[in-house]
Amino acid sequence: MIRVVLPAHLKTLAKVGSEVRLEVGGPVTQRGVLDALEARYPMLCGTIRDRHTGQRRPFVRFYACEEDLSNESPDAPLPDRVVNGEEPFLVIGAMAGG
Amino acid sequence: MSGVRVLVGTRKGAFVLTADGTRRDWQVAGPHFGGWEMYHVAGSPADPDRLYASQSSGWFGQLIQRSNDGGKTWEPVDNDFSYEGEAGEHLWYDGTPRPFEFKRIWHLEPSPDDPDLVYAGAEDAAIFRSSDGGRSWQELPALRTHGSAPRWQPGAGGMCLHTIILDPANRERMYVAISAAGAFRTDDGGKTWQPINRGLRSGQLPDEDAEVGHCVHRLAMHPSRPQTLFMQKHWDVMRTDDAGGQWREVSGDLPTDFGFPIAVHAHEPETVYVVPIKSDSEHYPPEGRLRVYRSRTGGTDWEPLTTGLPQADCYVNVLRDAMAVDTLDPCGVYFGTTGGQVYGSADGGDTWAPIVRDLPAVLSVEVQVLP
Repeated sequence: MIRVVLPAHLKTLAKVGSEVRLEVGGPVTQRGVLDALEARYPMLCGTIRDRHTGQRRPFVRFYACEEDLSNESPDAPLPDRVVNGEEPFLVIGAMAGG
Repeated sequence: MSGVRVLVGTRKGAFVLTADGTRRDWQVAGPHFGGWEMYHVAGSPADPDRLYASQSSGWFGQLIQRSNDGGKTWEPVDNDFSYEGEAGEHLWYDGTPRPFEFKRIWHLEPSPDDPDLVYAGAEDAAIFRSSDGGRSWQELPALRTHGSAPRWQPGAGGMCLHTIILDPANRERMYVAISAAGAFRTDDGGKTWQPINRGLRSGQLPDEDAEVGHCVHRLAMHPSRPQTLFMQKHWDVMRTDDAGGQWREVSGDLPTDFGFPIAVHAHEPETVYVVPIKSDSEHYPPEGRLRVYRSRTGGTDWEPLTTGLPQADCYVNVLRDAMAVDTLDPCGVYFGTTGGQVYGSADGGDTWAPIVRDLPAVLSVEVQVLP
């Protein structure tokens, strides 16, 4: 079970609590986690990554296990502690203005 | 007694203001979508409980929300605004080519007779259509691929399609306006478009008769006179009586002819409202006095409306989509400011009162009359 933490606005949009738990079929990568997230919560499509290119939105970052994974390949395996459910995959809205 | 519902989009959420037909006592509901930019909230004339809202943020992009109960509850619908085919290029501020790139929806225009049919105006300029209540969107690409589009340039706020007017007498005819390309008309439901900018004078253009390149801020039409349009241009208030074939200036005795919104009285097609703003570099009312100007002669002769509006130390702006009229008698007029005030007049503009004073900066105001 993969744990995902969303930024506040996306929690409100998806009507979820502090953490989402997802079954991810296949390799546990950024792409796999986001595919599963958007399949469960289709209102999140386009809010984290481009709907067509899959590119991360510029003011969104991905962290896990105290590492910034934002610029890792979307197909790179996520850390074992995320795969094991010991640590969440964090979707972060950049702190910038607003 | 019938009531009114004012739909307010702000920089940090949407608000719904309601009153009975006297329009004296108001209830304020919201914020809906707190923290998000709500460029526009619009109701269906065919079903007043059907609302559409454009929700966006620099972080998380564009969403469209839909309500089926007058704004009590909302559901996100489709947000896939993909340009059809090649995106093409327009001119950037510095005159170099730049690809069209979708940024946000500025304006939603529901059909007068089908709650599921709604048009959306985008930045970078394009028009989209949904015939299933927002569950899917299709571009009408002939506008963005018009032969003049490679010469379109953004206004200071972006290259936005901010006005959509559906001709009530001819379902195939539609007007749109793009900042800073100009006004366009289709007579075949969006299959083809023509620029309708003859007579506009924009000092920055080397060619005074340029087909495009005009910073149109807003268009308005009275439904009984679909051939007549009023325009608040960057500078100049303009009028056409032949569906955009030729424009003439009707700024007349306005203290300044810069401004953003323009509206037409619901029952008097020659009564027009504007909010003069000092200049394009200052963006606040002249002399710190917030005045709506009304013409009862279709332009040229204007009178200031000041009763109930701040007449000292007022330095707010009123944005292009932030003025609306209701269809009660007397006609109600409403506008919102960048200072977060929403003012209303229940007597055609003779007197004004704040409905609410301290909202986030107001981006849009629409009004519905409820059965």
